[in-house]
Amino acid sequence: MTVTKTPNGFNLNDAGRRVVVDPVTRIEGHMRCEVNIDEDNIIRNAISSGTMWRGLEVILKGRDPRDAWAFVQRICGVCTGTHALTSVRAVEDALKIQIPENANSIRNLMQLSLQVQDHLVHFYHLHALDWVNPVNALKADPAATSALQQSISPHNPKSSPGYFRDTQNRLLKFVESGQLGPFKNGYWTNPAYLLSPEADLMAVTHYLEALDFQKDIMKIRTIFGGKDPHPNWLVGGVPCAINIDGIGAVGAINMERLNLVSSIIDRTITFIDQVYIPDLLAIAQFYKGWLYGGGISGQSLLSYGDIPDNANDYSAANLLMPRGAIINGDLTKVHEVDLTDPEQIKEFIPHSWYRYPDESLGLHPWDGITEPNYKLGPNTKGDRTHIKELDEAAKYSWIKAPRWRGHAMEVGPLARYVIGYAQGDKEITEQINFVLKTLDVPVTALFSTLGRTAARGLEAQWAAGKMRYFMDKMMANIKAGDLATANVTKWDPQTWPSSVKGVGFTEAPRGALGHWLKIENTKIANYQCVVPTTWNGSPRDDQGNIGAFEAALMNTKVERPEEPVEILRTLHSFDPCLACSTHIISPDGSELTQVKVR
Amino acid sequence: MKVLLLGIGNVLWADEGFGVRVIGHLQQHYRFPDNVTVLDGGTQGVYLVEHVQAADILVVFDAIDYGLPPATLKCLENADVPNFLGAKKMSLHQTGFQEVLAMAQMLGAYPQHLLLVGVQPVELDDYGGSLRPQIKAQIQPAIAMALVYLAGFGISAEPTRTVASLADPVLDLRRYEQERPSADEACRMGDGRVLQAVDFTVSAPPSAEGCTLRVDVDYRGKY
Repeated sequence: MTVTKTPNGFNLNDAGRRVVVDPVTRIEGHMRCEVNIDEDNIIRNAISSGTMWRGLEVILKGRDPRDAWAFVQRICGVCTGTHALTSVRAVEDALKIQIPENANSIRNLMQLSLQVQDHLVHFYHLHALDWVNPVNALKADPAATSALQQSISPHNPKSSPGYFRDTQNRLLKFVESGQLGPFKNGYWTNPAYLLSPEADLMAVTHYLEALDFQKDIMKIRTIFGGKDPHPNWLVGGVPCAINIDGIGAVGAINMERLNLVSSIIDRTITFIDQVYIPDLLAIAQFYKGWLYGGGISGQSLLSYGDIPDNANDYSAANLLMPRGAIINGDLTKVHEVDLTDPEQIKEFIPHSWYRYPDESLGLHPWDGITEPNYKLGPNTKGDRTHIKELDEAAKYSWIKAPRWRGHAMEVGPLARYVIGYAQGDKEITEQINFVLKTLDVPVTALFSTLGRTAARGLEAQWAAGKMRYFMDKMMANIKAGDLATANVTKWDPQTWPSSVKGVGFTEAPRGALGHWLKIENTKIANYQCVVPTTWNGSPRDDQGNIGAFEAALMNTKVERPEEPVEILRTLHSFDPCLACSTHIISPDGSELTQVKVR
Repeated sequence: MKVLLLGIGNVLWADEGFGVRVIGHLQQHYRFPDNVTVLDGGTQGVYLVEHVQAADILVVFDAIDYGLPPATLKCLENADVPNFLGAKKMSLHQTGFQEVLAMAQMLGAYPQHLLLVGVQPVELDDYGGSLRPQIKAQIQPAIAMALVYLAGFGISAEPTRTVASLADPVLDLRRYEQERPSADEACRMGDGRVLQAVDFTVSAPPSAEGCTLRVDVDYRGKY
């Protein structure tokens, strides 16, 4: 048994029994989590491990930087567009390319539509089942469900008892046919589920509604990106032309398409206001006594910021999505973040399966190295192919440990919202105060699993509003006669300097995303991505600081260790995406048969 | 009658890109009637639901772990498709396609006719690599199987005289292969520095069939 106090303030104790969750399901990619639980079933030690190796950087070496976006958007199925946008921004930064205003507006519309869609799909289709019990929904009274719906969202027209009865019947058919579809294999008798049957039925009904609705949001990216589900991107702007009269170039954006985008934005705002936010608050009412999972969210938060108001200005003042860092829990000071400063962001690997010349040092991503070194510690149980228990004193993850000025940081919607709140951002502060007042909880309630989930919902609402803003802004610009969508003056590699470097950043739905690249003789010489799940899912660092996932699991009570709903709930609240933070290590693919994502 | 020809998989993972490469070949060499959509689904999950919902006939191309000899091509139809996918998780793309099918079903719109054309992969772990020659050689036979199936519904495709351009030209198979960094430059999955390193020997773990979430509880101490 060892008891350790980490520099970031957690008391780790590995005396209790070890519970292993592998794989963590309903996420993208492969992740393993181990915890030690004491005699009261409280988590006293936590280990998060990415069980795949990431090889993204190395396959881009020597390729044309103008092509990189097409590769990075194939890393996984979730944040395709965000990676592509980050990549083109990195290349533009390196080559000092200025993009037109319309291109900036269109990129923001695409990025915001991804935020909204991803948050919606995460809440209803990946995360809801940690809070909502679809089997319990069968017991609901449709009339009482209707009354509940009308009380929480009076303007939502879909609220009749018959509407909820229909869903219940559909659900019953699924259960009776023995195939629960996406609902199978849950822990539906676990006391960790707290909703009333009526709230469960309402949420399951909206699970289906949201599934139907989210596909409309996708159309925004299809229209501007030219195709679906992998939109096109372009270094220097966007690949779509604008032609209001609809004459001329085939595929140009005409008025009819712009009107379609506009109507989708309106419907998105309505759906979030009438369905998503009321559901979130209704569910939170049942769970507001369950405020586990805060981890380091009350101490260390990081956001690069995103959504530039005007084109080509990536300074904090011009970014509508907040940028900054909070450390030591001091909300009165938001630190400036500079992605080019070698002293700020560094990746450490003493507990990651990589090799550096000097492993006591961290490396800034421009100087990053991706060389695998798979070694298990002496206290590992099992063997290298069937690990029963990891040895967290040694290397134990394929995820590196990025740190901001030496601090483990949480990234994502909660980080962005707390930073915006600390900066006094008017809209964000109003949204947060509304939620705190409605739920009658103090501001510290934000630093929890539930707070993370709430911030995501509020951000979806914010993002939908900003889509309206950029749509109107772009229309005004077009009406003023500016139709430019791309700047191709530096398209020809002969115009490029022989050696340049650049960094591109975005706020992906799940957090801060940066791509750092070096271009030499017109080809990619080095490419490093630090993705949100690298921040949140990071292992311990050289100082012994635990990462955000690990910290968030600490001190949580688990009702039934054999059914770790609480662990999944907290991990899912980060919307983890392991596919781009790591890659699979299996030599023959057969390992994949044990991975089942639901 | 609406038809969807859908390739799924990840082009960055060698043979896992089979489905997407079949779609690329179809886009370049065939013309279909207007009621046929030829779609590169990549590793998308939930975002594909609407396309599945809209289809009366769905043909899926993918790399499948059938447990058959490498490069074997095998078709499955209708109920066997989701049942098979549900029984054995096979594809490297993390969003299970059977879940996409289940979601379409829950929304009340499901293809009447479903065909899965799968190939048993030779190599998956070569990250950044391309299809192995045996798998590449199965692209045309896979297309032939699908065309025979579609002919049963009176739908025919016309081979084009010239090669049409790809929806995603950057990922064109030839460029993808030619511009790949050399093994010296880029440490590859499956190369000596990773999987064949002395301290990295990996064998297949036991099957965990029917078990979505493996939980080991170690009753140490007082338990």
